[in-house]
Amino acid sequence: MTDQLKNSPLSAASVEGLGRRYRAEKRYRFIGFAAVAASLGFLAFLIIAIGFQGVGAFFKTDLRFDLDPAAVQDSGGDAFGLLRSTIRSNLEGASSRRAKRQAYGLVSSEAEEQMQALLDAAAETNTNPQVVWVSASAEVDLAVKAGIDALINAQDKDAGLTRLSDQQLRWIKTLEQNGAVRTRFNLGFLINGDSRDAERAGLGGAIMGSLFTLLICLVLSFFVGVMAAIYLEEFAPKNKWTSFLEININNLASVPSIIFGLLGLAVFLNAFGLARSSSLVGGMVLALMTLPTIIIASRVSLQAVPPSIREAALGLGATRIQAIFHHVVPLALPGMLTGAILGMARALGETAPLLMIGMVAFIADPPSSVMDPATALPVQVFLWSDSPERAFAEKTSGAILVLILFLILMNSVAILLRKKFEKKW
Amino acid sequence: MILKLVTLGLALSVTTGASYADEDQIRIVGSSTVYPFSTVVAERFGRNTPYKTPIIESTGTGGGFKLFCAGNGVNTPSVSNASRAVKSSEVALCAKNGVKDIIEVKVGYDGIVMANARNAFDYSFSTRDIFLALAEQVPGPDGALVKNTARTWKDVNSALPNTKIEVLGPPPTSGTRDAFVELAMESGCKTFPNIKALKKTDKKAYKKICHSIREDHAFIEAGENDNLIVQRLRANPDALGIFGFSFLDQNSDTVKAAKINGVQATFENISDGSYPISRPLFFYVKAAHLNKVDGLGEFVAEFVSDKATGEDGYLSERGLIPMSSDERHTLNSKVLDAVSK
Repeated sequence: MTDQLKNSPLSAASVEGLGRRYRAEKRYRFIGFAAVAASLGFLAFLIIAIGFQGVGAFFKTDLRFDLDPAAVQDSGGDAFGLLRSTIRSNLEGASSRRAKRQAYGLVSSEAEEQMQALLDAAAETNTNPQVVWVSASAEVDLAVKAGIDALINAQDKDAGLTRLSDQQLRWIKTLEQNGAVRTRFNLGFLINGDSRDAERAGLGGAIMGSLFTLLICLVLSFFVGVMAAIYLEEFAPKNKWTSFLEININNLASVPSIIFGLLGLAVFLNAFGLARSSSLVGGMVLALMTLPTIIIASRVSLQAVPPSIREAALGLGATRIQAIFHHVVPLALPGMLTGAILGMARALGETAPLLMIGMVAFIADPPSSVMDPATALPVQVFLWSDSPERAFAEKTSGAILVLILFLILMNSVAILLRKKFEKKW
Repeated sequence: MILKLVTLGLALSVTTGASYADEDQIRIVGSSTVYPFSTVVAERFGRNTPYKTPIIESTGTGGGFKLFCAGNGVNTPSVSNASRAVKSSEVALCAKNGVKDIIEVKVGYDGIVMANARNAFDYSFSTRDIFLALAEQVPGPDGALVKNTARTWKDVNSALPNTKIEVLGPPPTSGTRDAFVELAMESGCKTFPNIKALKKTDKKAYKKICHSIREDHAFIEAGENDNLIVQRLRANPDALGIFGFSFLDQNSDTVKAAKINGVQATFENISDGSYPISRPLFFYVKAAHLNKVDGLGEFVAEFVSDKATGEDGYLSERGLIPMSSDERHTLNSKVLDAVSK
């Protein structure tokens, strides 16, 4: 103990054990910091692991084949035949039945449509195309990303590191040496509908479905939720009945989401006869789920408005409804919006309630209205993770990245709103 | 409660005037094993015909029949996928709800494999080994039934290595589990003459012995996601996993299958029936929907065509094992007759 402390006017009791109390504080700070660091570490690990796996989903491989002008002339617009003859003439040794099959297996089922598009464009502009770029099949895509040389030189040939044959690997190698293999940004991953061919599967349908679902959910739950909160907070008498209601609302907020799915199945599908798998029903079910969250958040932000505001308005002769809607609600709105966005973010990540109402399904055509069958982003993750084809592992991680991006966006908007409009009293 | 009513009211007013007609799109439910095949056919069908791509939900075989048999309305599914034949109780349920005429379509076979990591031991099991390793109760040294205490594969069969028994498999709701129990466990169970004799005298007791999987940590229920099982096998070379042949086919770089009764799980062996754990796959079509749902007959025709389920069909690339061409032609001509009526 230093002299300074000894001579200080502090009582002996408070000086005693001072070092111990400082150490306790240090310990607490360290533990707190470690807790935050650990959770950040887990998050970073998740994002990095998924990022590594999923980044490939945003790129795809194309193959270039040289067209024979005579064959194009003769094809008479038959893209299928032209594609096959072009592949045969570009790859050496594609003559036996087995070899032909392997050669056709290098390109995606999309290739025929790409060839057709090229022929149509050529016919319109009256030009003679020299080359055609077509999508590679998912297996080729994976092999190119993994590195062809590594696969060709693999020690253990039987290990089946790829489902491609040696012949197919050699063809790709030759194409690569001729500069006929390119990797480009996979726009289709963001705009295509679902597909069982990994190279043409996309999130477009799921993103549209999520948007429609959230739109319905927001419209229904925000207005109902805010109105209910205003009524309960400002108008409803405080009695046993309203406290009973409050307990029930809090209860509903923590009910497992699958229960809302069952409710939706019983009420919206069976009783009302609405269309199964539609984003309308999905939005309604999720609205039921987010409603309690929004009511609770809105009530809290109404409570945070100081009573002096209400009293001043009433004192100047405003009616209660004027005081509330002209003065209290605008001040509480940022908090309400934040609550709504957080509720929406939770709704965006839900699959369980959608399972019951048939939105967990293979739906290839992207929805164009809320009545069309649709899936949602987390549903797409779930479905792809269950696919036997290897290439879907990459797509699953890619879809998770897109989902996380949407969640980050929504949560950032919530924080921005709070920062920009929040008033401190 | 009040709030719910308010929402319901809102919901009603939003949807008034919307059309619920769904007859222009086929709805399919059922087995998760048939799902990967059904979706491929559906996608091609949607792309190559003027009809919309059918919607397919993977609900499990039993769950599929529940939805399928709910009635004849156009809001019920037109097709139910199944990894086993329809049960008489399900036919009765259908009939009760007016679904009297259903058409059975067999699409091919699926093998169930017991696989482990590629760099691990090459197992060869008899179905008897599988029964002795995984059953709840096994015959003791004196023939009386005792609780299964086998800890390692060596305990089961001295020819097998001294590795802990650790099998990852599907939960009881899965059709794969049903088929595994019936085809692997039961056939191993029947190799004990006194249990086999029991089948005639006390069928219930027989079923209980042969179909009960042990509940200690030797058999681990790993959920419906077969990819997860494959990943766990890679991480744990001692473990074995039970899943469908199509997953083995797609993941042959990381896992390999054990021989069952000396037969390797290959495309050819399952196809000719020599691999013991294989089962037929089906889908069922609601005849009443044939003239109500656009494209239903055409969809069935696409599914049974040579292009899809034939020997070199596009489904064989996805791991479906086609029927022999004789069986296919007799069955399919019947199906095509039925749908074109």
